Amino acid sequence: MAEKTSETPLLDELEKGPWPSFVKEIKMAAETNPMGSDLLNLLERSYREKICHWKHGGIVGVLGYGGGVIGRYNDLPEEYPHIAHFHTMRINQPAGWYYSTKALRTVCDIWERHGSGITNMHGSTGDIILLGCHTDALEPTFQELAKNGFDIGGSGSDVRTPSCCLGQSRCEWSCYDTMAACYDFTMTYQDEIHRPAFPYKWKFKFSGCPNDCVAAIARADISFIGTWRDDIRMDKDAVLEYADRGLDIQKDVVELCPAKCIAWDGKELCIDNRACVHCMHCINVMPKALRPGTDTGACILIGSKAPIIEGAFLSSVIIPFFKMEPPYQELKDLVEEMWDLWCEEGKNRERIGEFIQRVGMGNFLEAVGVEPVAEMVAHPRENPYIFYEEYFEEEDEEEEEADE
Amino acid sequence: MAMPIEEIAESMYKLVAEAQGKKKLKAMDLTKSMIELYGDEVDKKACKQAVRMLIDSERCVYTYFGGSYVELPHKEGAAPPTD
Repeated sequence: MAEKTSETPLLDELEKGPWPSFVKEIKMAAETNPMGSDLLNLLERSYREKICHWKHGGIVGVLGYGGGVIGRYNDLPEEYPHIAHFHTMRINQPAGWYYSTKALRTVCDIWERHGSGITNMHGSTGDIILLGCHTDALEPTFQELAKNGFDIGGSGSDVRTPSCCLGQSRCEWSCYDTMAACYDFTMTYQDEIHRPAFPYKWKFKFSGCPNDCVAAIARADISFIGTWRDDIRMDKDAVLEYADRGLDIQKDVVELCPAKCIAWDGKELCIDNRACVHCMHCINVMPKALRPGTDTGACILIGSKAPIIEGAFLSSVIIPFFKMEPPYQELKDLVEEMWDLWCEEGKNRERIGEFIQRVGMGNFLEAVGVEPVAEMVAHPRENPYIFYEEYFEEEDEEEEEADE
Repeated sequence: MAMPIEEIAESMYKLVAEAQGKKKLKAMDLTKSMIELYGDEVDKKACKQAVRMLIDSERCVYTYFGGSYVELPHKEGAAPPTD
């Protein structure tokens, strides 16, 4: 008897190997929901034809909200009727992505009742992504999720669901309570998350230390990255223990320090803390011996984005150090000042980083009332991009006038 | 004197209705138009409330086409035809 031929030979290739496979997961979902098998067949067809069969966007959503639901329809609804509508819902994840198993079961049960049962935990935004439901199922899904304490996240030209690393809940390096800050900003800006009113998206991301586990510096329009302004704490005995156990401190720590601020004579490690750029390398290599200082807060950066309209941008420092203590009012005032300017002068689909590049950082800082300082450089201790001359001239003129 | 939110909403609605099918307007476009039309009688906060009123009353809906817009409710063009 001939072996049954697979209907999805190209997708089957993606099940091979030791790593998790989304094809395997969709096949499991297809056992109980016909959306799964239609999805597999359509995807196989797309791979074969090299044509995307999805239409994106539109007017789908839940009552009162302008974000959090991404409309998707396939362009072959007669052939794949179960996924004629296949909308995505973004659900605001808990800060730090902590769930009880009960909460996870609740989300999955709701989604199996109303949608495809297929999830993406988590999307690149950080949200819980619920993949695939009919337009009519959106509102009941939302209502049931809301009853269980979940809310829809952001999408479109709004504040995207803020995300944070797990911070002080588990990480001894975290320089501030990222989860508390993330929750606070999420609750403060509910209106901005749900009602799109910006030129384009705006992302808040909170990292507890310069390791930046949520990659805020590369993705967020405004990043809050934990740092310290005193000295790195050192346990000298633990340093010697690392050396005794075979760590080549000269090669693996000293020579890899980007600021060249560490010296090792075989007995003692010396750090010139004034020259340290807080890259975390030495702390990462010798976590039992070195720790961030105790005078902690966050460095605030502005303007990164992934390459969609323009190329990728990394963030620029806007506030070198800020004590991250609730209610963060100064930061919120600054954020709102930036929103006002960006909404007034920004072009459609222009991220704030692109806006800053267009108008110039000097003009931007002046418009939002932030004084340029030496830490605002493209790379530490090189390439200052603030044009200081005009500021010096103004001050010089004022001094001259005062002298007269 | 501040203009009542209902009046701002009505004025915004007219703009959206006139632009329907010709130009997509963002919430910020509506706010800028109101400030241009009524000057000191309106502010950004009042405009925000007016947009909210239009959406909550379902006279207008948010749409997404590369960016987020405010439009009159209409049959979703991308949706498959219903029997």
